[in-house]
Amino acid sequence: MSSREKTAFVGLTVFLAVFPWVSALSRSFSHYVDVMIFAGIFSLVTIGLSLLMGFAGQISLAQAAFFGIGAYGSGILTGHFHWNPWAAMLAGVCVAAAVAWVVGVPALRLKGHYLAMATLGFGVIVHIVMNEEVDWTGGPSGLGGIPGIRLAGRKISGDAAWFYLVWAFVLAAFLFSRHVLHSRVGRALRAIHDDEKAAEAMGVPVSSLKVQVFVYSAVLAAVAGSLYAHYVSFLSPGSFDLMWSIRFVLMVVFGGMQSLWGALVGTVLLTFVGNEWLQVFADFEILVYGGILLVMALFVPQGLVVWMDAFFRRRSRLQPTPSDGGS
Amino acid sequence: MGDRAVPDASPVLEFHDVRMHFGGVTALKGVSSRIPKGIIQSVIGPNGAGKTTLLNCISGLLTPSSGSVVFRGEAVQGKPPHEIARRGLSRTFQHVALFPRMSVWENVMVGRHARTRAGFWAAGFRLPFMRAEERRIREDAERWLEFVGLHPEKDLPAGALPLGKQKILEIARALATDPVLILLDEPAGGLNTRETEELGDLLKKIQAKGVTVVLVEHDMNLVMDISDRVLVLHFGQVLACGSPSEIKDNPEVIQAYLGEDWAEAGGGLTGNSLSGDREDTPC
Ligand SMILES: Nc1ncnc2c1ncn2[C@@H]1O[C@H](COP(=O)(O)OP(=O)(O)O)[C@@H](O)[C@H]1O
Ligand SMILES: [Mg+2]
Repeated sequence: MSSREKTAFVGLTVFLAVFPWVSALSRSFSHYVDVMIFAGIFSLVTIGLSLLMGFAGQISLAQAAFFGIGAYGSGILTGHFHWNPWAAMLAGVCVAAAVAWVVGVPALRLKGHYLAMATLGFGVIVHIVMNEEVDWTGGPSGLGGIPGIRLAGRKISGDAAWFYLVWAFVLAAFLFSRHVLHSRVGRALRAIHDDEKAAEAMGVPVSSLKVQVFVYSAVLAAVAGSLYAHYVSFLSPGSFDLMWSIRFVLMVVFGGMQSLWGALVGTVLLTFVGNEWLQVFADFEILVYGGILLVMALFVPQGLVVWMDAFFRRRSRLQPTPSDGGS
Repeated sequence: MGDRAVPDASPVLEFHDVRMHFGGVTALKGVSSRIPKGIIQSVIGPNGAGKTTLLNCISGLLTPSSGSVVFRGEAVQGKPPHEIARRGLSRTFQHVALFPRMSVWENVMVGRHARTRAGFWAAGFRLPFMRAEERRIREDAERWLEFVGLHPEKDLPAGALPLGKQKILEIARALATDPVLILLDEPAGGLNTRETEELGDLLKKIQAKGVTVVLVEHDMNLVMDISDRVLVLHFGQVLACGSPSEIKDNPEVIQAYLGEDWAEAGGGLTGNSLSGDREDTPC
């Protein structure tokens, strides 16, 4: 890691460590811990999506579906079959990975709009299954009675415990992904983004790598879904529809696609915006997102993190350092 | 120098009766050649003759409509390019195809992909073998950058280099794959005279390393200077093949491609057409 990034990472860890304490000091802030738990869960999804979109250059409108597969996998296996939640999470992850592989092999041959359409279609199908398979999923009226999680013999209860659990997952996923990006795999993904034909001619198995990163993004989304299921203990198909897939894409674009930090920042900001202020817009929320996207595309096409980074570099008159993986 | 005997080793690359149709257009109408190990073989011909198409058929970016491509004794037509690359065939592109947003160094590191193996897990957990491998990738890439003389630019984004250096970077990236055979599609395109001379020296250095070179090029001075053998393509067919001096003196070639300028400039006409003994040509 560069020293700047190390500082940022340490800063993030300290911030997360004290966040529940600081929030608890004031009544009007205490529910921010709850919002941050959701932000953490969504960050798991968007970190995977950032690798897929920002680095490999493949768009997916199916992330809510993988999120849902993880959530319903855990909900059904622990609720109906009384599985251990960790085993259920693992099973959900395996199913999501298998499904991503089956969907990804043909879909990732497609480019641009066609890939978006294919993943969108898949997401819609999953959403229909959630609505129609009433015996398993509870259909539109939802699936309740999902038990909590135990870790090291103790039940995870209370917002602070959930906060630490979720963000431990996020930091692990962040570090793992960062290491992947700074390896031959990450370079190959970025090469695919820049020039598929040249990457292939240099010995990069383009299709297979695209499928791998798609599967990886599905795995992270499924882990997030499983945590979500146990945290909220009630699932309904509305949390996994196309609108959510679009939100995940927006979070990545908002923070900046070329950087994992962008995924984190974009997700936290948009989760707060969505939770705190967009409620009043109700059905017009999509318009607000559309407006945000338009402004971003016009004025901050690189996303917030790259923009801020450049801003501070300019202020401190630092020479730009060479790109070393972009995250 | 062009008359030196071609080593009669078993061919590193052999293609036979390669045809390529694009809808109604036939870009290659049955092209054959055997390329011995270690030589520099040039492929020349006017624009649209099918040179790039031939390279694409060899490197796997295109699957020939018919015919065979045998690389190191193995039929490779229809195999994906990354597998052919792994077998030791690399290339550059007529229209520069670098990874422009990656650094010069990283571009060459991508060339090591097929020779290394750390995957998602090994990278994500930074397993010890992966770290060692990563160090080797960086060192190997640096060595290739030194070999072509681009080491000072290693941290620049590839897209920021001037065209001449981008062309050289493509060669470095191709060399990093440890090729047995390297296909170069008009590497001198866009280079000035001095850069072209340096390119000639570089190609000789590559040959000296034992790498076979197939050079598609329009710069006749470069071609005649460094080639062991020249194959002339014309409308998707082999018009002639032989040593540079044979090609210079071939009236068909002069008429079809080199043009009157060449004859006037002293290319010479000996009336010694190759058409009669095309069966015996070594190509
Ligand atoms: N992908 C393609 N689709 C259709 N026609 C093509 C394609 N690639 C090449 N051609 C045609 O094949 C012929 C040979 O092209 P090319 O191999 O690029 O020639 P050269 O490299 O010798 O200039 C040209 O007539 C060209 O228009
Ligand atoms: Mg060409």
